[in-house]
Amino acid sequence: MSGFLQQCFNGLVSGGFYALLALGLAVIFGMLGVVNFAHGAFFMLGAFGAYVALAEFGVPFWAALVAVPALLFLFGAVLERTLIRRLVPFDPLYNFLLTFGLTLVLQDLVKREYGVQSQPYPRPAELSGSLDLGLFDYPAYQVFVLAAAVLLCLAVWLILTRTRVGMVVRAATERPELTRALGVNVGRWVTPVFAFGVALAGLAGVLAAPMRAVNPLMGADLIIAVFAVVVIGGLGSVFGSVLAGFAIGLVQSLGNLYVPALSQTLIFIIMAGVLLWRPAGLFGREEART
Amino acid sequence: MPPPILQARGLGKQFRGFRAVHGVDLDIAADSVHALVGPNGAGKSTLFNLLTGFLRPSAGRITLAGADVTGLPPERVARLGVARSFQITTLFPQVSAREHVGLALQARTGLGWRFWRSEGRLDRFRDRALELLDDVGLADAAEVPAAALAYGRKRALELAVALALDPRVLLLDEPTAGMGAEDIDRTIALIRRVRPGRTVVLVEHNMSVVRNLADRVTVLQRGAVLVEGGYAEVRADPRVITAYLGETHADR
Repeated sequence: MSGFLQQCFNGLVSGGFYALLALGLAVIFGMLGVVNFAHGAFFMLGAFGAYVALAEFGVPFWAALVAVPALLFLFGAVLERTLIRRLVPFDPLYNFLLTFGLTLVLQDLVKREYGVQSQPYPRPAELSGSLDLGLFDYPAYQVFVLAAAVLLCLAVWLILTRTRVGMVVRAATERPELTRALGVNVGRWVTPVFAFGVALAGLAGVLAAPMRAVNPLMGADLIIAVFAVVVIGGLGSVFGSVLAGFAIGLVQSLGNLYVPALSQTLIFIIMAGVLLWRPAGLFGREEART
Repeated sequence: MPPPILQARGLGKQFRGFRAVHGVDLDIAADSVHALVGPNGAGKSTLFNLLTGFLRPSAGRITLAGADVTGLPPERVARLGVARSFQITTLFPQVSAREHVGLALQARTGLGWRFWRSEGRLDRFRDRALELLDDVGLADAAEVPAAALAYGRKRALELAVALALDPRVLLLDEPTAGMGAEDIDRTIALIRRVRPGRTVVLVEHNMSVVRNLADRVTVLQRGAVLVEGGYAEVRADPRVITAYLGETHADR
């Protein structure tokens, strides 16, 4: 029983990473219509940023948790202004290719500096112990990560549904022409939204550094699963992405326990099933003009 | 005659060598109803998109109340008091009729730097939104999501959204397309009611709507102005009859 619960916890923690990454992808896709293949590379940059900050400059985890996403926000903004924006008017495949190429460039730049081996990153001292959860002990750091992921998703949800900028983003996602005809400057929000998605991926990367291997390919391994999550949740659906993120983390983790032979393929079996049943994903909408 | 509120001079738009609109001079008199008519492909919708900033002209100038608005983005044109509807119904599928009008009312209040402020559920615009919905005959559908409205009622909702912006110039792209006779009569009556103090520009295929509403009619053909004048004058013009020959509109 405690093994089962512990595995559920593990699943929710990895689901938290899926959710944070899928959330950024969904927001970016909604606002720009861009499938950001480089999302995994931004995640990796976040983790490496934390590692470099600590190893080279002695910047502690908590400071990196703020500074690294802030830097990635700037990086994302520059990227959107200089490259992404130019390809938005064309076929979405162009930006898909651009971000794919960007992934390879970023990965190899990091590889050239630090090699392919994993870099160690210690847990912050405050969270190095474990928590007694009654039935079993659980690492405090993992509990922190889960709580942070849930709170971040909730915060983004509240911003999108309860604030004016959230309304603008949602309106521009669904009917950009009508939103502009109402006098709302949609273009003004494109750069911040893209940069925000990049920063969110970076934040997830910083959170991952103390518990996952920090290496140039850590994002590439994850992003494939995150794309499956996004497809399952419904491309562009923020709510669906977050829910599918946590759910897939849970299912994968339990799959590891009960059907280890399928551990790598389970997520894609689920994706195929969902696509057959609901081609637009669980919470996606078939695009019908209204 | 009052000076034109909306004016185009030598307006042109090229798409990859195809001249959708060329050399169009247009004077829309303030407080008039001006209809743009012409066969399919005459460039009416392109002209609309040029006038509202959704397309950048390849040539020519546009002025609004004497100020140059050529090449301004659509949101700037909208903020200067030009509201429009779209040829293809354009609404947020899941959002109710009342919230649509509320959104338009809210859009006018400006975003500024208070963008983090909570907007609740647009309740502060409730009364005005319900009034506007009543005006277009949608009082009973206030809480119905746009996707669930019948086609004619979607068009009426678009009109309410445009009116919520309280525009100086209202551009309506085929406001009665796909409507039944009753809805058409209601739309004509509504446009009559809201026109004092406003200028209305219509793209319209239904000649009885044009006859009922328009002070001036501009006939477009192959991207250029063919004839302009009052309804009766334009109706009787032999060039117009030729342009429409074979089209069902000719004898309405």
